[in-house]
Amino acid sequence: MSLAARERRQGWGLIAPALLWLLAFFLIPFAVMLALSFAHMEERTVVHGFDPGNYVRIFTDWTMFKALVNSVEITLIVTVVSVVLAYPLAAIIAFRVPRRWQRLALLLAVLPFWTSYVVRSYSWLLVLGQNGVLNKALLGLGLISAPLEIAATRTATVIGFVHFFVMLLTLTIYANLIQLSPNYARAAQDLGAGRFQTFRHVILPLTLPGVVTGAFLTFVLCIGDYITPQILGGNNELTLPQLIMLQMGRGGNFPLASALSVVLMLVVTLAYAVSARWLRLDRV
Amino acid sequence: MMRFLSWLYLAAAYLFIFLPVGVLVVFSFQDGRLPVPPLQGVSLRWYEKVLSDGDLMAALVNSLIVALISSAVALALGFLAAHALARVKLPGSVLMRVVIIAPMTVSTLIIGLGLLTFFNQIGLRPSLLATGIGHVVINLPLCFAITYAAMGDHQKNAERAARDLGASEAQVLWLVSAPMLAPALAAAFFLSVTFSWDEFIIAFLLTRFDVTLPVEIWSMLRSGLSPATNAIGSLVFLVSIGVVVLAEIFILRRRA
Repeated sequence: MSLAARERRQGWGLIAPALLWLLAFFLIPFAVMLALSFAHMEERTVVHGFDPGNYVRIFTDWTMFKALVNSVEITLIVTVVSVVLAYPLAAIIAFRVPRRWQRLALLLAVLPFWTSYVVRSYSWLLVLGQNGVLNKALLGLGLISAPLEIAATRTATVIGFVHFFVMLLTLTIYANLIQLSPNYARAAQDLGAGRFQTFRHVILPLTLPGVVTGAFLTFVLCIGDYITPQILGGNNELTLPQLIMLQMGRGGNFPLASALSVVLMLVVTLAYAVSARWLRLDRV
Repeated sequence: MMRFLSWLYLAAAYLFIFLPVGVLVVFSFQDGRLPVPPLQGVSLRWYEKVLSDGDLMAALVNSLIVALISSAVALALGFLAAHALARVKLPGSVLMRVVIIAPMTVSTLIIGLGLLTFFNQIGLRPSLLATGIGHVVINLPLCFAITYAAMGDHQKNAERAARDLGASEAQVLWLVSAPMLAPALAAAFFLSVTFSWDEFIIAFLLTRFDVTLPVEIWSMLRSGLSPATNAIGSLVFLVSIGVVVLAEIFILRRRA
């Protein structure tokens, strides 16, 4: 056997375990779910077949379609707000905070990342709830006369999400800003650009790929999340993941839950297609 | 003026970032039944309560076991695959890279749901084993990407030299590649452990009687606000920070 052939055989041997694992526990399960999304329920049993009824239902039944709309709306709001809040924070840490303190400043900015994910949403409930810290403080200061109803609304969901993603985006945007050579900004200023012009025409375009990558990540993680809307948003206004869990739990309707999941994946794919031009997934 | 605004923004951002965690920790010491103001006194009784809660501690141990074992498997599979793809040109290697990275771009809810339907059909019951299998799926791409990115020419040359000197492929992997990549391997393992430790939805879907910590905390939440939840949340936070600080000292410092 030639050396190249032996090397190739060894290569296959090394990569096979990972591929087989993903085949068995990622690709096949996904195919099973895809097939199941075309089945339907009779009484309480699953009837397999090729029935697009679940998909028709998702796009014609208003309660289903509304969940899709809610999810997309919330995710878009969260993504935009998080980027807008995180960019200045990353820029201040990168350009204003002295070099030797930057690592600490960044570490502090993402410290609550390390609280348990379920607990993080819960702790916002303590802040935003009717008897929560925020209401008590505002009432105490006399700024409001009756407690604000924030918990169990979309606002609470958005705040919980934004909190998490500001931390994530600050990290990714900071990593981009710090890589920029200061010469770009200096050159722009030598050529007579003002502070704002330098940012608008030099810094922003150069960091755009990093920002879009972070935003895409935010979009994917946000739209698929069940915990935050369930704890903070409550059941007044369902998101797609909440509807999926509801169909599986109470309804036991796996075919419909599968179809909803496929739709969720299509939305993510669409987001990918829109942002693909700027995405640098290898640079996350 | 700009300078002042910058510092003001920084302060406001830190306030926003730390507000919920601060409230969580402060009211874990609440000497009363509700974790909301006013603070009625300082007491450690909720910590006593959670530390003596058998279900909670069992869940904590379960989480630890699942996190350590699934991360070790994910790291081994990811490292071997990265080693193969970095070394030999195989037909379809681009496609294989895509397949290995793919789970990263899919919501964990969908991965969990797919596994649940699949396991139902092959008759594997919800368990810690099922959860661990799912956690390997989400961490394998991460381990692959981190180790793959860390492999360079410098290392390839050392591996080639070892082979020329008669080392077998297993010896090359164990005695040359792994030690050279130690910082990347440690970082990948550490990240995997934290993701698995904190993962909720797959564990929720794929466990029933023996659950992991996030699932147990979730069931505590359903009985409403309680300082006990604050206490366990604060403990988890404290432990995580301890781990982060240790990792910072031992892994990242050494690389710098």
